[in-house]
Amino acid sequence: MPNMNMVQSVNSALDNMLSRDSDIVIFGEDVGYFGGVFRTSDGLQEKHGKHRVFDSPLSEGGIAATAFGMGINGLRPVVEIQFADYIFPAYDQIVNEMAKVRHRSGGEFWCPVTIRTPAGGGIRGGHHHSQSPESQFTHTPGLKVVYCSTPFNSKGLLISAIEDNDPVIFFEPKRCYRGPFYGDPHNVPTWKQHPEAEVPESYYKIPLGEARLAMEGDKCTVIAWGTMVHVAEQAIRNSGISCDLLDLQTLVPWDRDAVVKSIEKTGRCVVVHEAPKTSGFGAEMVASIQERCFYHLESPIERVTGWDTPFPHTTEWDYMPSPSRIAEAILKTQEE
Amino acid sequence: MVKKKTESIHVPDAPHRPGDETKFEQWSWKPEDLNRLDIECSVDDAINHATGLVRVLDDDHEAKGEWNPNLTSEELILGLEHMLRMRIFDERMMKMQRTGKLSFYMRSFGEEAVAIAQTMALKNQDWLFPTYRQPGAQFVRGRDMVSMICHCIGNEEDNVKGRQMPVHYTYREGRYISVSSPVGTQFSQAVGVALASKYKELDEVTITWIGDGASAEGDYHYALNFASIFKAPVILNVVNNQWAISTHSNFASNNQNFAIRGIPYGIPSIRVDGNDFLALYSVTKWARERAAKNLGPTHIEVLTYRAGAHSSSDDPSRYRPKDSNDFWPGGDPIERLKLHLVQTNNWSEKMHKELEERIDSEVMDAYKEAVKFGDLANGPYPSSDAIFTEVYETPPWHLLEQWDEMKRWRDE
Repeated sequence: MPNMNMVQSVNSALDNMLSRDSDIVIFGEDVGYFGGVFRTSDGLQEKHGKHRVFDSPLSEGGIAATAFGMGINGLRPVVEIQFADYIFPAYDQIVNEMAKVRHRSGGEFWCPVTIRTPAGGGIRGGHHHSQSPESQFTHTPGLKVVYCSTPFNSKGLLISAIEDNDPVIFFEPKRCYRGPFYGDPHNVPTWKQHPEAEVPESYYKIPLGEARLAMEGDKCTVIAWGTMVHVAEQAIRNSGISCDLLDLQTLVPWDRDAVVKSIEKTGRCVVVHEAPKTSGFGAEMVASIQERCFYHLESPIERVTGWDTPFPHTTEWDYMPSPSRIAEAILKTQEE
Repeated sequence: MVKKKTESIHVPDAPHRPGDETKFEQWSWKPEDLNRLDIECSVDDAINHATGLVRVLDDDHEAKGEWNPNLTSEELILGLEHMLRMRIFDERMMKMQRTGKLSFYMRSFGEEAVAIAQTMALKNQDWLFPTYRQPGAQFVRGRDMVSMICHCIGNEEDNVKGRQMPVHYTYREGRYISVSSPVGTQFSQAVGVALASKYKELDEVTITWIGDGASAEGDYHYALNFASIFKAPVILNVVNNQWAISTHSNFASNNQNFAIRGIPYGIPSIRVDGNDFLALYSVTKWARERAAKNLGPTHIEVLTYRAGAHSSSDDPSRYRPKDSNDFWPGGDPIERLKLHLVQTNNWSEKMHKELEERIDSEVMDAYKEAVKFGDLANGPYPSSDAIFTEVYETPPWHLLEQWDEMKRWRDE
């Protein structure tokens, strides 16, 4: 099985789907001739044709609106918003239009659009190339929200997202495109040697709504998504505590059974995300866990998140949750 | 220290407000003034048509000039009938709204020709992406009035299941795409609909409408840009009815010619008399031919006047002269087509009155039939289970849980 980084695995998912389904079109800023600023659509225009993989104007609202129109008229568009920070001009089209058209039309029209967007920090991107705006979409009924973390799950989840008949916002942690990130900016490995980088060339799916048990233990449940899955993995090792590490993968709908099962086993929980704390998706997790698992909890649930501030440029390592911060939270859950 | 200026921000005034004498710039355009453009015209060739006004019916109700579509009397009478049906339907719905049978209503009063003439100029496979002011297109596509009323009163038979406000119709069978309240969103989406037809290599054109007010939204500009760049087979209409609720069109653009805005986008653009059934028909058919021949989009300013209130919740006497419609030089589109037909000996006052009476009783019958399925005041309503269905193709677990909770309270 070939070793792929996450750029290659996303590319492979798109390539597979373009070959399988002639209703799929791909467009976005720089995605056509150039193959995307992160190279995720490299070579696809040449292989599948200009009418299927093409550049768009710098117009996120226009990209989303065009995708909407194509979607309700029988196509299955997969569009890229170059950075998640730039998705907001498209917000009305996503939240008021894509998310609601099936419902508002009594099921007569629907919009099977996938919006891929690189998200998250760790690349010295400052305010506007680093944000992780998943909770701005998890709060909208009618959308599905996916956040991949590895080459293997990015491909399988993206194929499921594209085949889904509802609109899906698909976040790709850009920090992890070329390697997992363990919280140390001075020591960033590539995906080579990583078991999750063994990716089949062919078509396969990972169902939406299922979490991945990335590490198995019995003293604490650590829930994370995106880049934070790898940072949390490092934190768990550093803490010396035996933990379940749940990579949520899909935030809407999230995997209730996997979360409940793990917490009933461990009785303790840390939720990690790099987005700001207030109204972050971690708040939803904590609230839902106490509703469902209160009598299994042995200690308060901890949250380790980005701060409620804009994302910084040169000081981003003091912003993003670090292995030390997460490890401390894990240890805190172990206190009697 | 910087010296203070004596004037603050410039805020435009509407040309006339309550108590003012109504003034409309008189139209100097005659049907013979503008030649019929070749469908392969350049953008520059259209500049006169963007700054001018395409008309076919002159002030004496004669059809003249190169844009005369030469429709048969049967076609014209059908157009007249659809417009009359729209007006009588609107009057009935407004009465129902006033008696609490509807929560809200919006009439097409004075603008009936827009959707009806333009839809009649298209083919049945063409997609319509309307605002709330083009419901008349549904009559052209054969929608049953009972079904329309059931939607407006949100009863058991409402095809959108009590989810949307009245007048937010969906009619897939007639290729009339679901109306959305956020004004302008449909304009840019229509370009995507058109591109999908082109991708599938089908002979389908998409037509969409936006108001003068909503043309200040980004979606208007996304639409023109994408349509032009990707040569979409789309007809982009700005219906300039001069008022966005209480906001005059001089807040939507400081250039009071809306058609001209298409020219710098590279789209042939035409301004048309929106109360002239024949001119609307003709220009739309021309735009369809261009789209079908792969010549790309057409941008049309439909110049008209919102003769009534914005909606049942609006009172225009508070922001514009009460009698302003009487001074609108475009006149009543129904009256104009009627007088044209009378003048050409194809119609009479007596026939018109008979038609009005027939439609009036049809609308009454449809209303009586519709309320059999319930009304807003008394129900029965669509099942509240419809709150949870069709949010997703299949309800995920969290919706199922909440649905059960709702049922527990509802069915207690």
